[in-house]
This record gives sequence, C-alpha cells and structure tokens, in this order.
Amino acid sequence: MTPELGQLALILALLLALAQGILPLIGAWRGNRALMAVARPAAAGQAVFVALAFGILVWAFVHFDFSVRYVAENSNLALPWYYRIAAVWGAHEGSLLLWIFILNVWTVALATFSQKLPEVFAARVLAVMGLIAVGFLAFIIFTSDPFGRLLPMPGDGGDLNPVLQDPGMTFHPPVLYTGYVGFSVAFAFSIAALLGGELEQAWVRWARPWTNVAWAFLTCGIVAGSWWAYAELGWGGWWFWDPVENASFMPWLVGLALIHAQAVTEKRGSLRAWTILLSIFAFSLSLLGTFLVRSGVLTSVHAFASDPRRGVFILAFLTIVVGGSLLLYALRAPKVAGGKAFKLLSRETVLLIGNLMFAVAAAMVLLGTLFPLVGDALNMGRISVGPPYFGFLFPLLMLPVVLLLPFGPFLRWGKGDTTVLKQVLMRAGIAAAACAIVAAFFVDGQPKAIAGVASLVWLGVGVGLYALKRWREMPAGRRYPAEMAGMLLAHLGVGVFVAGVLITESLSVTSDVRMAPGQTQHIAGYEFRFDGVHQTTGPNWRADQGVVTVTRGSNLVAVMHPQKRTYLRGQVQTESAVDAGLFRDLYVALGEPMDTANIEGAWSLRLYYKPFVRWIWGGGLLMMLGGFICAADKRFRIKRIVESEAVEGLLVQETRA
Amino acid sequence: MSRLLPFFAFVLLVELFGFGIWWNTQHDPQAIPSPLLNKPAPAFVLPKLYEPTVTVSKSDLLGKPYLLNVFASWCVECGVEHPVLQAEAPTLGVLLVGYDYKDAPEDAKHWLAEHGNPYGVLIADQPGQTAIDFGVYGAPESFLIDGKGVIRYKHIGPMTEDVVTSELKPAIAALQKETP
Repeated sequence: MTPELGQLALILALLLALAQGILPLIGAWRGNRALMAVARPAAAGQAVFVALAFGILVWAFVHFDFSVRYVAENSNLALPWYYRIAAVWGAHEGSLLLWIFILNVWTVALATFSQKLPEVFAARVLAVMGLIAVGFLAFIIFTSDPFGRLLPMPGDGGDLNPVLQDPGMTFHPPVLYTGYVGFSVAFAFSIAALLGGELEQAWVRWARPWTNVAWAFLTCGIVAGSWWAYAELGWGGWWFWDPVENASFMPWLVGLALIHAQAVTEKRGSLRAWTILLSIFAFSLSLLGTFLVRSGVLTSVHAFASDPRRGVFILAFLTIVVGGSLLLYALRAPKVAGGKAFKLLSRETVLLIGNLMFAVAAAMVLLGTLFPLVGDALNMGRISVGPPYFGFLFPLLMLPVVLLLPFGPFLRWGKGDTTVLKQVLMRAGIAAAACAIVAAFFVDGQPKAIAGVASLVWLGVGVGLYALKRWREMPAGRRYPAEMAGMLLAHLGVGVFVAGVLITESLSVTSDVRMAPGQTQHIAGYEFRFDGVHQTTGPNWRADQGVVTVTRGSNLVAVMHPQKRTYLRGQVQTESAVDAGLFRDLYVALGEPMDTANIEGAWSLRLYYKPFVRWIWGGGLLMMLGGFICAADKRFRIKRIVESEAVEGLLVQETRA
Repeated sequence: MSRLLPFFAFVLLVELFGFGIWWNTQHDPQAIPSPLLNKPAPAFVLPKLYEPTVTVSKSDLLGKPYLLNVFASWCVECGVEHPVLQAEAPTLGVLLVGYDYKDAPEDAKHWLAEHGNPYGVLIADQPGQTAIDFGVYGAPESFLIDGKGVIRYKHIGPMTEDVVTSELKPAIAALQKETP
C-alpha cells in the first residue's frame, strides 16, 4: 500500500507544480496579487509531497520491500543499511527522484529568501522553478516510476552495482545534483528578467550568491567523483574525459564564466545580454547532461540503462525549456550594449577573455563528446575522440587564463594602470622563473613538472601580492570582505590544481608486475614487498586480499591491503589500496592470480607512485571553498527593496481590472 | 538577427539528438564494425583438423567464395548455431569452411561426431594466433570471403535462420551476381 502512496504523492506534487508554474505567471502578467501569492504555498506543498515520496522510497529500501521492482533490482538482504539508502539514487528512477527532491530544496530556499524581492519578480522566478519541476515530475510519473510493483514478490533482490558500493558514492550524486540543479536558480532569474523586461543590475546581485553556491556544490561533486574514480575503478586515473564526466564539466565551465560575467554585470552594468545567455546555457547544459546520461545516445561507463521513450521525453522537454528560453532571449534581450564603457586595458577586458576561454572550452568539450554522434550522422562511422583531443585543446585554452589570472584583481574597472601590471609581472614572473630553475634539478628536467611549479608560484605570488596590497592600503576590517577572500582562495586553488595535474602527469611511476610472495619491487625510492594473498569477507562480499608492505630505507611506510571482491551476485570489483600523503600517494591494485587454482601463489599487481596527486583535489576544494565564501558576502543580503511606485502601480492596475 | 544564433545552434543540436535516438533504435550500440570488411582477408596457413600434417592456406581457397565459420567445442552458442548450419549448408551455394578455434583436436572431433559435420573443409587453429589477425573476439563468428580473398560480410554471434535469410543469403547472392 505504502508505495502507492508514494505514487500518489508524486501526482499531487505534479498538480501543485502546475499551479506554481502557471498561476503566478498569469498573476504577474495581469497584475493579480492573489494569483502571484500562490507561488510560495504551492512550492512548499510540492516540496512536502516530493519529500514524502522520497521518504517512502527510502523506507521501502530500508525495510526490504522487494515487491517494489526498483528496490528488488537494486538491493538485497545482505546489503548494509547505508548502501541501501545510497541505493535510492543508485539507478535511473531513484536518481531522478533525488533530482526533483533537490530542485524542491532549492525552490523552498528561494521562496524563503526572496521575501524581500519585488513581488512580481519573485512570482516569476518561482513560477519558472515550478515549470522545471513540472517537466521532471511528469518525466518520473510517465516514464520512470520508482514505485512500480514486481509480482510475485521475489524472496531476495538483485544488487546495487558494486562499483557504487563505496562511501564516496553515497554523497557524490547528491552533491553533484545540488550543483546541477542550483543553476536553475540563475536560469529562473534570467527568464524572469527577460519576461519582465526589467534588466536592471539589481537582479544580478540577487542571483550571484545562488550561482556561486551552485557552482561550489558542482565543484565539490566533480572533485568527489574524480576521487571516487581514482580510488574505486582501479585505474589510478583521476579524469577520463568520459561523456558523463564531460556532461558535468560543461555546466561547470559555463558556470565559471557565469560567475565572472555576473560580477561584471552587477558592478558595471555591462555584458548584460551575455550574462543572461550564460545563465541559460549553464542550466541547459545541466539538462543536457541528464539527457546524455539517460537517453542511451552515447555509450559510457556511467550511462544508466536506457530506453528510447525516455530519450524522446527528455529531448522534448529540453527542446521546450532551452528552445523556449533562447527564443525569449532573441526577442527580449537588451538590444543596446548598456553599462559603463571600458578601455582595452581594464578588469572587464581580462574577465571577458577568461569568459571567452571558458565558453570556447565548454563548446570544445561539447563537440568532442558528441563527436561519435556527428560521425554517425554524417555517415563517417562511429568515431570517438578521446584524451588526445581534450588533453591537447583544453590546456591550450586554459593557458591564457593562467597567464592573465594574477593581473585581474590589480586591474581597475573601466581603465587599468600599466605601472602596477609591470610590477606584478616582474615580481611574480621572477619568482616563478627562479622556482622553475630550482625545481628543474629536483624533477629531472621534466618540462611538465617544471611548468607545474612555475604556474603554482606565478598564481600563488600573484594572489599573495594582491592580498598584501589590500593589507597595506585598506583599514583593518575592510581588507578582506568575503567576496574578496573567496576570490583569492579560489584563484589560489587554480594554482594548486594546475601544479597537482602537471606534476602528477609527468612524475608518476606505474609498474605492472608479477610478484610471488616475498618478492620486492623498487619504485621511486620505495620498496614494495608482496606478502601474499589471503581470503577475507565483508557484509555482502568475499575477497582475495593482498598484503603489500612498503618500506623506505629502513622505515616502514605502510602495510597496504588491496582487494579483489566478489559480490553476492558474482560481480567482481577491484578495491585498490591507497596510502595517501600530502606530497605523494602510493597506490596498489590487485590484478589476477598467475594460477587461478592457487591464489596463495604469484599475482599480477599494479603499483603506482603518484606525487602531488592530492593537490588536484585540494585545488578543487579550495575553488569550492572560494565559491561558498564569496556567496556569504554581506553585500548580497537583500535589503528590503520597497519599490513603492511598483506596488502602487500594481494597485492601480488592480483597481482598473 | 545575431540574437537568434544561439537558438539556431540549439535547433541543430536537437536535430542531432533526435537523429541519435532514432539511430539507436535501428542499430545495436554495442556492435563494432569490423575494420576488415571489404579488405583482403589476412593470410593464413593452418593444418586440417582430421589430417594435421596437411595444411590449408588462404591461396588454396582463392577462386571461389567461401564462408569461414569460427567455432569451438567449448563454445555454448556454437551448439545453438550448429543445427542452422547443418540445415542451411547444402543450400548456401558456397563452400563452408570450419575454423576450429582454440580447441583440443580430440574435443573438436567428439563434438563434431555428436552434432554433425556440415563443413566442406575443416581447419584447426589451436594456438589461436591466426584468429587474432581476423579480429575474432569470441566464437561463433562467420566471415564471407569472395573469390579474390576479400572479406565481404561478417557476422558475430550465432547464425540464426533470420540472419541467414536476411543477411547472409543476400550477401552471397550479391557475390554471385558480380562473378557470373
């Protein structure tokens, strides 16, 4: 009975979403305050019912209700409770439910914090959120019902994909989705602005913290995903340019451009149309990601089981949402370039170059991701472009960003000053060159690693110089407002990230070896001794577990336990062992036994030494932290904007009607 | 006008996705087109299964089209395919060459004794080296090779009645039309 209640809750949520999406829009158009006032209660009600549906699905998983097909397919009696909860979003239907649940969390937050916005504007924003919810709820109800029954009820269920049975997996999707879905807020603001024709700078200031938070969540989700792939997939890589990774990376890049464009629009009033376009793109690319993952159009390790009906539905939804907003943009976007003028040498120019690079990079990733499809369409056969394409073009596009980044904060709005720039160039440049020369002796002249050190110093000194300038020139208390501190932190994160990538890529040592118990291998000054394999068991798996003792000189560094797990339903999963450190990771993955009959004999093993690999995620986390801190700036708290004229105008309209 | 550009770009994208969905309903996304299709078959010299001292090479078979069928006694799907080959072999109009893949000769002989032998020529590739040249990644697989030694058609997985009538026979008919 309970699962049917979940279904009913979803249908009621859909009805409320329709009310939230349509009535306030009519209200805003006709000047009817009663209709506009529907938005908030409808949003709250919708959230309650979606939360109820979500709770019922969690309940079904926790209580092993295998009469629900989705539960039976993705869990079993031996699955520990925490993975049963994570299994809620372990496959297509449930992950969509998570999507809509998170959309509701954002909508409720928006409804709460938009009390001080002009009534008409808030009504339009919430209505756009409601219309997005309509699409997704209809998608769930009509094509992807998570509460469908399975009769007769099986005694035990299938299994959650073992790849997903990892602590990282329990929080990677929710965080990632929070980022994806968060871009809907900036999108809703832009659409509301286009609908109303009010394109003042004010709405951008309201949208900024939301965009920053969404982007920070997306950053965190991607970092978590990258870390999870590294630890779980057993290949020791941290990014694979897989279509689904790209699907999360494109909105991230556009979101990054959007954050900076919003800053320009808010402070100077220029680039308004561009900011609106980017808000539309960021959310569209989030939707596109959903489409790519679930339609089966592209093949990927991440892809959900696909169904052409779902593909058609999302494509139709995508067409309406994105096509509609781009058409609206074409009709209503500001025709004349507004805002204050700026010289060629100015902060605006630098930000614009950065924006251009991020946008082009996103387009480049999109093209590369869709290339197999284009190949089919032009009848050239299914051609995939892989890491060589992305690995060459992406760094090329980011090079100007890294080079220009230290100058950005030093440049003034409107018109910059060359003498300051020369100073920065001299100081950061000399520091970077000096460190590069010193580093060259430590990294055997590896050009990539030297470039990594140079980039870190270049960006670090650039950020440091600006922090110093603020310290000297501003009175205490006003030196580092949150917006400034967040920016500096995120920019430092870029340096840490670039250094991590370049040093890891050039100095990592990989060794695929056959080792008999007692044998040793030397890698990068470490001695790995293989102490054989024994069997061990977990809650729902048994495993061959290797023991590898790592020593350096006479010091014991780590005893590592890589595993090769076999889950209940026979799926095999490699569980690599990682000894993490700030400056290097040691990584051991268990391959195959040389003789399958004798697991206590020799095995093939994969050993890695990965210097500075943690800096990649560390840099990402710094960027994330920067995003969150920026959003907390006091400047963004909405002061009550009593537009008495607007309210009076409405009253007049109402009396006329 | 330039404000409409993003919209038009998006329309193009939607068309591409629509095409993708349609394409996927028509094709198996897992299918890997063989790079050897319409290329000369790799050269091979392999012993006959029943007379291991006698070898058969690619050039011995030139002149007339033949169907090379990769099978093995250990392969379950081959047992599914076998009755179809038994029934269809006489009506195909081309020589059926059996290619015993990574198999102990004794096992293969037992298996053929049990299931029947539809093959005109039987060769054995016990080490499986030549199969790599053919790009074989499982059994059963079948290659239709024309009189000039060019691979004209390839099927991965068991031959079913359906595949024979809808793909294999038309391919053979097309060959025979070329070389009357």
